[in-house]
Amino acid sequence: MEQLLEILGDLHPEVDFATAKDLVTGGILDSFDIVSLISEINEEFDVTIGAAELTPENFASAETIYALIKAKLDDED
Amino acid sequence: MLFTSYGFIGFLIIVFAIYYLLPGRFQWQFLLLASYVFYFIADPRYLIFIAITSATTFLAAKKISDKKKSFDVWFKEHKKEYEKEERKSLKAKEHAAEKKIFLACLLFNLGILAVTKYTNFTIANINSLLSTFGRADGISFVQLIIPMGISFYTFQSMGYLIDVFNGKHEAQDNLFKFALFVSFFPQLVQGPISRYSDLSATLYEEHRFDWRTVSFGLERILWGFFKKLVIADRILVAVKAIIEDTNTYNGFYAFAGAMFYALELYADFTGGIDITIGVAETMGIKVTENFIRPYFSKNIKEYWNRWHITMGTWFTDYIFYPISASQFMMKLSKKSRAKLGNNLGKRVPVYLSSFIVWFTTGIWHGASWNFIVWGLGNFVVIMISQELEPFYRWFHSKVHVAGTFGWRLFQVVRTTLIMSSLRMFDCYRDVPLTFKMFGSIFSKSSLSQLKIDAFIEMGLTECDYLVVFIGMLVLVAVSLVQRTGSVRGKIATLKAPVRFVIWYGLFMVTLIFGAYGIGYSASQFIYNQF
Amino acid sequence: MYKKIIIVILIIAICLSGLGLATKLLEPKYMSGILEGAMIQEYYDDPTDHNVVFIGDCELYENISPVYLWENFGINSYIRGSAQQLIWQSYYLAEETIKTEKPDIIVFNVLSMKYNEPQNEAYNRMTLDGMKWSKSKVDSINASMTDDEKFIEYLFPILRYHSRWSDLNSDDFKYLFHRDKVSFNGYYMRVDVKAAEDVPEGRPLPDYQFGDNSYYYLEKLTQLCKENDVELILVKAPTLYPYWYDEWDEQISEFAKENNLTYINFLEAQDEIGIDWSTDTYDGGLHLNLAGAEKLSQYFGTILSEEYNVPDRRDEKALNEYWTTVINRYNDEIARQEKNLELYGSVHEPEN
Repeated sequence: MEQLLEILGDLHPEVDFATAKDLVTGGILDSFDIVSLISEINEEFDVTIGAAELTPENFASAETIYALIKAKLDDED
Repeated sequence: MLFTSYGFIGFLIIVFAIYYLLPGRFQWQFLLLASYVFYFIADPRYLIFIAITSATTFLAAKKISDKKKSFDVWFKEHKKEYEKEERKSLKAKEHAAEKKIFLACLLFNLGILAVTKYTNFTIANINSLLSTFGRADGISFVQLIIPMGISFYTFQSMGYLIDVFNGKHEAQDNLFKFALFVSFFPQLVQGPISRYSDLSATLYEEHRFDWRTVSFGLERILWGFFKKLVIADRILVAVKAIIEDTNTYNGFYAFAGAMFYALELYADFTGGIDITIGVAETMGIKVTENFIRPYFSKNIKEYWNRWHITMGTWFTDYIFYPISASQFMMKLSKKSRAKLGNNLGKRVPVYLSSFIVWFTTGIWHGASWNFIVWGLGNFVVIMISQELEPFYRWFHSKVHVAGTFGWRLFQVVRTTLIMSSLRMFDCYRDVPLTFKMFGSIFSKSSLSQLKIDAFIEMGLTECDYLVVFIGMLVLVAVSLVQRTGSVRGKIATLKAPVRFVIWYGLFMVTLIFGAYGIGYSASQFIYNQF
Repeated sequence: MYKKIIIVILIIAICLSGLGLATKLLEPKYMSGILEGAMIQEYYDDPTDHNVVFIGDCELYENISPVYLWENFGINSYIRGSAQQLIWQSYYLAEETIKTEKPDIIVFNVLSMKYNEPQNEAYNRMTLDGMKWSKSKVDSINASMTDDEKFIEYLFPILRYHSRWSDLNSDDFKYLFHRDKVSFNGYYMRVDVKAAEDVPEGRPLPDYQFGDNSYYYLEKLTQLCKENDVELILVKAPTLYPYWYDEWDEQISEFAKENNLTYINFLEAQDEIGIDWSTDTYDGGLHLNLAGAEKLSQYFGTILSEEYNVPDRRDEKALNEYWTTVINRYNDEIARQEKNLELYGSVHEPEN
């Protein structure tokens, strides 16, 4: 989680990601940010996020993003 | 059938009447029939194309969906028998099998789109290439029909296919229901590109006549006609005059043309979408919004989130994300970071994906270099604004203008000017001419060039310009009111006589001031000696 | 419940009267300048038991004076004329006329045989808009429409004339609910003179044969008159231009012979009529002026009353009263035009 918040903070230093809940619908993360984000996550966590998973719901908050990563790390089933 | 034809209005009246007279369970079937009739009237040959796309996509999606389901059932029962690695490979195998069907269908349908729309463009380019090598004998062009709305319904179907493949939702079980999703007639001419999950929510339901829904729908249609007939079709006369006679109308007039075109395109496109959404709404069907006051955007990225939204999200979800999240891009990202450093390196894949997206967006709009250059122009502007972001941050930390009305106004005007400049590629014959005209705005504009008579010679009278100007003020006013919620909703809370005056007034204004019919051209009703 | 119904009816009434009012305001009035557009609808206001009805284009309505026919022969006649009236339009006007009244004689001017297809939207409008709604009008519209015309624009003229909003002038308000008379039982008067000089011979045509469509309606017209026991007389006005070819004349003569009709080519009777092309035309030989029209009326009136025994009805009191009003207007108009000629050198008042 710490690592994730750091990555997010690099993208938008002005946003408090620990509390924000509408990152996509609120217009904080645009498509560019999301793409940079998944490549950072790929780098940091060695987790591949597919295009199908790039939904507003999955990227609504730091928590949902983390949940996505965790699910990937814990493996599929 | 144009939206602004008597035929279309007559068609609508018949469809509405039958739709609400039928028992609810037949309503969607009737809509399918109406949509195919609509297509048939345009050109019977079109039916083959849309039917093929509907059928192949339906079958492929159904097959994929069924395979997924049976695999999931089987996998649940048997997964304990396998080791982790084996489970992974089983899943991969299943995925690969589905992918074969998916790709076959995808390429087949995109192939139809490519052949019908881009064959002659490709031939023209090959020919000009040949001629630079001194070969005068080119390939001759082929006669192909381009089915109405093929770009829209192909994209809509492929979006559905991709979503089913990705497991976002299950496939539709009923071929005819799916055929309606593809061919729903209000959307056929100019979109929007609906998502299956959005449109299917209300498309197949039974809809009883509800006065509020129907009146809201009709109001929306009327508003669309107002925009198209009173504003767009009127100013179009001046736009045409300007782009057709570039020897007379350059410099300041090229600028005026770009501004007129911005107004024309907005009024025409959003008006058309208003009619589409209104027609659907009148029948109780909800179609996704395609515009949210785009000219109030403060930057280009925001503009593309508010203009032709369904197209933008389609390209983001189905092209930009898949490319940028692909294995290849991930590897490229690693490599470029290693070579170019973290900061610069991480941009390479994003910018590359973005480049591809804007190239395809351009060519999707039309088979010509104008649109390709237009698409890439958007790419360049977005990259520049992306790169300037640190500068803006620095600027705002020094000068505290952010959030003030003046700064917001500056941003809105800047965005509109940039978008209007790019759109000049829409207008002029070819790319060099567009650059020439754009250049002339800076090199030839002068006060002495400006003559009021020149605007009259474009074919519009002072009265026409006045109508356009007032119409524009109405558009701005409505947009401002809309920021805090539906304008129709607000009007609905007013007293009945006021409501009546507003809607009947809008109807009469459209009827009288609309630029339609043979009477429109002033030169039509000239009498000679007899 | 009652209240609701009343409100709905009221709303519908307001909507429709708004539309009606807008239509009335925006449709052309033809009260100054182009008067020809107002002539067709004037017919309906007047007493109808005419003995002779002239149907056709400007070669009738500018060349024959029903007032003269009344004053000198007691012939009660009317001209259902309009600018560039095409033969199918004449046919449907005849059909309507025969339904409304039963004249003894219908006179048709054959120049319009040369038009086989719909020609011009503006002229269509001037002939068709003034007609009352009937099957004849519907058929006439369908036969007349050019490619870019739509029937619905005749049904709801506001769809056609809405663009006149920027041309509205005081006439449009003044004549919102009524029209002044512009013709004298269909006659369009001009008193000025512009002599005919050097009228050119007609250029040779690739084909002199009248079209099938023209013949179709000429036959229909003949049939209609026969069935209703109306005498049909074909005429060609004596005016010099548009040129009337011998080949055309032969075809009409032939047709008249076959169908046992009278065909009078006034061009051949110019000397008998006594037309002087230096004084009897106002536009160099295209149309006759008042002097010319009265000469032709004298000639044709004699034929009508002597050969066709059209009765002298000057002893009918009601008719006499009606005609007195027309004659008064006629004389006033002559005086007005002559005064204008003297003051401004033109029959029209100068604009402003």
